[in-house]
Amino acid sequence: MSDASPGRGPGAGTYLDSLTEIRLRIAASPHLRSSHSTPRIMWNVVGSLVPILAVATYFFGPSALLVVGAATIGAVGTERLFGHKGSTADGSAVITGLLLGLILPPGFPLWMAFLGGVFGVGFGKLIFGGLGQNVFNPALLGRAFLQAAFPIAITTWPVQPVSWWSLRGDNFALPLMSPGAPDVATGATPLGLMKFEGLSTNTLDLMMGSTAGSIGETAGLLILVCGGYLALRKYLDWRIPLSIFLTVFAFSGLLYLIGPDRFPNPVFMLFSGGLMLGALYMATDLVTSPVTPAGSWIFGIGIGLLVVLIRVWGGLPEGVMYAILFMNALVPFIDRATQPRVFGQPRRKPKGAEA
Amino acid sequence: MLGSSTFRHGVHPPETKQLTESVPVRRMPFPEEIVLPLRQHAGRPARLLVKVGDHVERGDKVAEADGFVSVPIHASAAGTVKGMRLCPHPDGSMAESVVIAVDRYSPQVPRPRIVPRWEGLSPQQVVEEVQKAGVVGLGGAAFPTHVKLLPPEDVPVHTLIINGAECEPYLTTDHRTMVEYPERVQFGSRIMMKALGVEKAVIGVEKNKPDAIARLRATLPDDLDVSVVPLTVKYPQGAEKMLIKAVTGREVPSGKLPMNVGVVVQNVGSIACIGEIFETGYPLIERVVTVTGPGVRKPSNLIVPVGTRLRDVLEFCDGLTEDAAQIVFGGPMMGAAQPDLDTPLIKGTTGVVVLTSEEARSVERYPCIHCGRCLEACPVFLNPSLLGTQAQAGRYEEMEASHLMDCMLCGCCSYVCPSNIPLSQMFALGKNMLRKRKAAA
Repeated sequence: MSDASPGRGPGAGTYLDSLTEIRLRIAASPHLRSSHSTPRIMWNVVGSLVPILAVATYFFGPSALLVVGAATIGAVGTERLFGHKGSTADGSAVITGLLLGLILPPGFPLWMAFLGGVFGVGFGKLIFGGLGQNVFNPALLGRAFLQAAFPIAITTWPVQPVSWWSLRGDNFALPLMSPGAPDVATGATPLGLMKFEGLSTNTLDLMMGSTAGSIGETAGLLILVCGGYLALRKYLDWRIPLSIFLTVFAFSGLLYLIGPDRFPNPVFMLFSGGLMLGALYMATDLVTSPVTPAGSWIFGIGIGLLVVLIRVWGGLPEGVMYAILFMNALVPFIDRATQPRVFGQPRRKPKGAEA
Repeated sequence: MLGSSTFRHGVHPPETKQLTESVPVRRMPFPEEIVLPLRQHAGRPARLLVKVGDHVERGDKVAEADGFVSVPIHASAAGTVKGMRLCPHPDGSMAESVVIAVDRYSPQVPRPRIVPRWEGLSPQQVVEEVQKAGVVGLGGAAFPTHVKLLPPEDVPVHTLIINGAECEPYLTTDHRTMVEYPERVQFGSRIMMKALGVEKAVIGVEKNKPDAIARLRATLPDDLDVSVVPLTVKYPQGAEKMLIKAVTGREVPSGKLPMNVGVVVQNVGSIACIGEIFETGYPLIERVVTVTGPGVRKPSNLIVPVGTRLRDVLEFCDGLTEDAAQIVFGGPMMGAAQPDLDTPLIKGTTGVVVLTSEEARSVERYPCIHCGRCLEACPVFLNPSLLGTQAQAGRYEEMEASHLMDCMLCGCCSYVCPSNIPLSQMFALGKNMLRKRKAAA
């Protein structure tokens, strides 16, 4: 790959100085490369999260920025300290930190968010060997750790703040201290209301984001637009969110048809909780999703089924995190089972239609 | 049996053919010295016939075919045999070569020769004439053309497919051949069809060459079933199996030859060359070469005597620009970078592409992020991501189980990889390792 010997021999002529002085570069073919690069993909994802963070800040005030910032500092700092040299520049740790912050409640203590970022990158990614090697989505693994460690703090949802400037909880609780009672009244998320009190939430509120919930999960429509941008630029595999949405809609729609009074309606299922953010940003994590197109469909359908199962029959109101983490574990098997048919190999099925 | 005029997957590198696509072919003057490697074709190297001090006329044999899968080599200029030495070969090795000091004042007229009358020849005799003229595939692989003309009795061939796709960026060799010598292409296909005993021939041309398509259509013979099929512009459309898929809709079974689906594929340049042989009686001693790229001062399409050194060709094209950084024989997707300006252009050299430091920059490599772009690019539907992991661990047997041998090293996976992993280079190595282990076993 390095510069090799210059062309030798005489042959210098009038306009041939270029031929005697040139140092020729040797490399294996192909000698052209597309303009895609891994950092470019990563930083595009980061860029597409900015509007989501902005709207979250509009709804949840300074708390949103504080929590997301703490998680990102935790994630990037860990990558910087323990990752490969210069690996923070590829942007993947920033994505992990941002996404983790966006799936935490706005009133979450900052030291806990920081710890989640450290755990997500340290144990979710670096321990496997860094970028590209991890099995589980680092942001979700960070949140799963926080959910196990701080079950109360992570399920405390503020409603109706005094002013935009007021914090949505005890963000500045000291490390290893339990957060004090928040200044604002607490309530339940739409999924909690549905699960434990049987109350439905206005669909428009769900789409626009003016409900209780994690920082970046509430504005369903905006997430759809930002994720759609990434899909159009081919920075994420559209098959995964599409198959998740279709599966959740079909499965919950079937339940709704059976018992409209017992089960939530499918549109509510799509726009509540972390489904939008999870389907577009977590499940599509390139590293922890299948590489084969057929595998992507299976992966998405699996997540969709698990989400509805956990939400409807599980003990928790929300199941997106566990659904994705569970399917992450199956990815190597899905990939192995869905290897494409090689050109010129006999088709497994008897004479199917030309694909 | 109509194809979809393309194949699945593949990539769209910038075509960048505008540098030379409308530049007429010029004949380049004879250089002072010609270097003729004895190995210019797939198969056994030719056997030397001349010794130092011998005088040869243009077109004289300097080496003869060694067996059936081999072709002779002819002097591409009149001169004196100056030596037999190891010279740099375009494949990167040093190869035994005949060096001829070209006569300065020779008119370079070949000896009078008998033009074979093709009408009177049997298919077997046509094949012999083609071998005698030293014809190889001019699309780059340099497989002896006559070998493909003799399919075994039990494998029926019904169609001759002529490859005018020229899907490599920059190259316009075949393009100019089709535009400037369409009659020769038609005449060559007539002879090839006779040799193969087929009734039907199809010329596949990518749609970015409308003038070539028009010229070929305007010269189609009335008494022969030859048609021109415009193909979707996509790399690697000119790969043999991709072309067959596009034209006939059929996949050549893994590990088999095109004749197993009843077709024989020949490069359009080889066809024109055969037309020329039966027109003039000259053997293959010169060829059309595109010299192009942003690093060349005067991009050109040239008729170059086989064995002309890279230095002389570049000199004729006014030399290199200041930022020229890399010289590739063939196209930029599959061609080989050349370290030495004394390397000769040989029968299989389709083009000389000079890239600048801007294009030939070395890029930072990142870990595989399993984005799946390589799977969606691979024209033979392999899983380059998985193969790359196996290659890095040196697990060549596992690579074979992952169908490594179906890889044709087209480079699509490396081209799209956002982490710049040199996948096709790793696969070339893997294929070599497997071949060596097989040979050792």
